[in-house]
Amino acid sequence: MSDKLIIGGREFESRLFVGTGKYQTFELMREALAASGADVVTVAVRRVDLSGSAESLLNYIDTDRMMILPNTAGCYTAEDAIRYARLGREAGLSEFVKLEVLGDEKTLFPDNEELLVATRQLVKEGFVVLPYTNDDPIVCRKLEDAGAAAVMPLGAPIGSGLGIQNVNNIRIILENASVPVIVDAGVGTASDAAIAMELGVDGVLMNTGIAGAKDAVAMATAMNYAVKAGRLAFRAGRIPRKLYATASSPLEGALS
Amino acid sequence: MIEIQLNGQKKEIRAAITLAHLLDELKLKPERVAIEVNREIVKRDQWSSCVVQDGDSIEIVHFVGGGSISRCQTNS
Repeated sequence: MSDKLIIGGREFESRLFVGTGKYQTFELMREALAASGADVVTVAVRRVDLSGSAESLLNYIDTDRMMILPNTAGCYTAEDAIRYARLGREAGLSEFVKLEVLGDEKTLFPDNEELLVATRQLVKEGFVVLPYTNDDPIVCRKLEDAGAAAVMPLGAPIGSGLGIQNVNNIRIILENASVPVIVDAGVGTASDAAIAMELGVDGVLMNTGIAGAKDAVAMATAMNYAVKAGRLAFRAGRIPRKLYATASSPLEGALS
Repeated sequence: MIEIQLNGQKKEIRAAITLAHLLDELKLKPERVAIEVNREIVKRDQWSSCVVQDGDSIEIVHFVGGGSISRCQTNS
């Protein structure tokens, strides 16, 4: 049965989105991206190094298969984020943007006030806006009202690897949302991704969880499976939790 | 010669060259870079007609690995 993710009118096979930061080498990144099975890779927009020979990241991304999703990483105001989004659109020739407006360098938590301002403006300019936000159902609702094509609540702080900290908030966000919900940030290992997917989120975005692992390619493979397994388990419908045992072998026919 | 601000650095370049020429002289491949002149994006179909003016502040950006990282660089 088809189970495709659709965001902004575009279909995705894989529900895993991956970042391209923090890899030791471009070769390693390329292998990890392939192992992850992801259809979407996030990239940052930065000045070209004019001093010379820096190799292009894009030489190591299979752009026929993967969609480049420019982000506004490192921006702390709506104005900066809008500027970066426009540059990303121009460089990548796509309307999609992963919108980040950070509030604080220590936590890298979003500044939701600025995020909403930037979302409204970019939607007006025709962008498909995917905002990174808190696990706050009210903010997610406001972002959706502002025209976001998906909402991307964090599971835990960026790069923390703490896993989904507030499962119940994610549940509430899912209950209210009529756009896809992608958990963005905080995934440390495969079970964290599976837990998110089992809750029914539409996808998971991660970077450090893979790039920072001792064996990034093996972790990318693990995440690929975890996202698929979590999705299947969600669709399969888990059994209810019960305090006491329920025998799984029949009592009838037991010897007396 | 004219003086411009290029990615935050002062640079002397020939007068009356276009953005397309500038990219060429910098040996930058035009695919997937974006250019701002005085904080306004110049679309790629205008690069061969947009002539660089003395005192222009030009930013040429591309995609790098990311990730949430340090502050926006083009603010400096």
